Amino acid sequence: MTPDEIVAELRDGMTIGIGGWGSRRKPMALVRAILRSPLKDLTIVSYAGPDVGLLVASGQARRVVTGFASLDSIPLEPNFRRARQDGTVELTELDEGMLHWGLLAAAHRLPFLPIRAGLGSGVLEVNPELRTVRSPYADNEELVAMPALRLDAALVHMNQTDTAGNGQYLGPDPYFDDLFCLAAERAYVSCERIVPRLEGPPQTMLLNRAMVHGVTQTPNGAHFTSCVPDYGRDEAFQKRYAAAAADPAEWKRFRAEYLETDEAGYQRAVR
Amino acid sequence: MNATRASRAEVCVVACAEAWRGDGATLASPMGLIPTLGARLARLTFAPDLLLTDGEAYLVDEDGQVEGWLPYAKVFTMLAAGRRHVMMGASQIDRYGNQNISCIGDWRRPKAQLLGVRGAPGNTVNHPVSYWVPRHSPRVFTPHVDMVCGVGYDRGDPGPCELRVVVTNLAVLDFATPERVMRLRSVHPGVEVADVLAATGFPLAVPDPVPVTRTPTAAEISLIRTRLDPGGAREREL
Repeated sequence: MTPDEIVAELRDGMTIGIGGWGSRRKPMALVRAILRSPLKDLTIVSYAGPDVGLLVASGQARRVVTGFASLDSIPLEPNFRRARQDGTVELTELDEGMLHWGLLAAAHRLPFLPIRAGLGSGVLEVNPELRTVRSPYADNEELVAMPALRLDAALVHMNQTDTAGNGQYLGPDPYFDDLFCLAAERAYVSCERIVPRLEGPPQTMLLNRAMVHGVTQTPNGAHFTSCVPDYGRDEAFQKRYAAAAADPAEWKRFRAEYLETDEAGYQRAVR
Repeated sequence: MNATRASRAEVCVVACAEAWRGDGATLASPMGLIPTLGARLARLTFAPDLLLTDGEAYLVDEDGQVEGWLPYAKVFTMLAAGRRHVMMGASQIDRYGNQNISCIGDWRRPKAQLLGVRGAPGNTVNHPVSYWVPRHSPRVFTPHVDMVCGVGYDRGDPGPCELRVVVTNLAVLDFATPERVMRLRSVHPGVEVADVLAATGFPLAVPDPVPVTRTPTAAEISLIRTRLDPGGAREREL
């Protein structure tokens, strides 16, 4: 598939999970394809980085479900920050572990999973729909009943896949990409390259074809986030992104130069 | 820099290191440079069993050599298992130890969006937590925080597992009072108690007399200056 064909399968109002973490191994080519599409009213579930920043800046993300939004080497995601301060995006703010548990519950087709994280914190106040549950055993402990975060679609980026949809990460951290895929009705994987057969340590073969509904080869497709060992984060470009996001006139120029073009045009522009 | 007299930043490094004393084989997760230097110093000296990470997915020894694998999912499990002691930052902290790193102002439409709650709610109810505040001021030490991220001692059961210490550029604070409110544990050398009280936006419990934070030993100063931070970046964090 192409990124545009994948995005054509998405619908307005969907809840979409995006893999990676912060500014690390994000399926940015798929995010850029969403930016080129008329999709709107999306709920984005993510350990948020520039994926969320771009979808918030474009106005296509109505709600974000996350515990943070960061560019890692730049602590605060500038577009997310502005959108929160301008009141242009809704937020479901969760502890990082609660987000993990919500994906795990969805992947296991459970209505919720109990977790200690969140108890006593403001997370339960700003999300009044969250409930607690009491252990039915002798400890009688009260825990947060973290509801399943069911996704209509998941988008993740791998170093490589095979043609059948088995996916492999070669960096140090799988993040939660397998859970995003299993929590979703449909999961789409972009990758640096499609290879005839996956080789290497078996633990790196994170996704199997039962969890994956579509694959697209997008070399440098996680840019400007990291996709080690293929490439690190493009820190210079990330700085340019963050600076542009801080200034409306600059942002207009940034959009024209990098985003109002197709993926090939983007890749030419960032060379 | 005086060859034998520690700078304020070096006092802070050692005060941060002291937070992990006695923790044994525990994952130390420092946020910020001075806490990171503190954790590494602790491991090099009095806390050799501490586990350190490279900030990505590896456990590393004091020389940065890989000794294990710890991707985020495994960090979450260590955290829930209670085998971790994190030193986080705080944009706001109140006298019960409620900490805020999420946003300033009304959460629904904040004046300033900050990091988000991150793992603070889960950290505080699962394992020991300390805080590092490089600029002790009434804006940070506030009567009330705008969003409770790290849970304090007045938030009902179960409350925090253990809020160990709050290390700042002026002092070390803890919660060793009957009501679990913040107490001045020690002032750094050269700091007056009145300076700390003036920089704190709520009443502090103050022992009499107030101890002085221990000064780094010659061996600790040498490790900090020659091995851990030869470039002196620590001086710029205060």
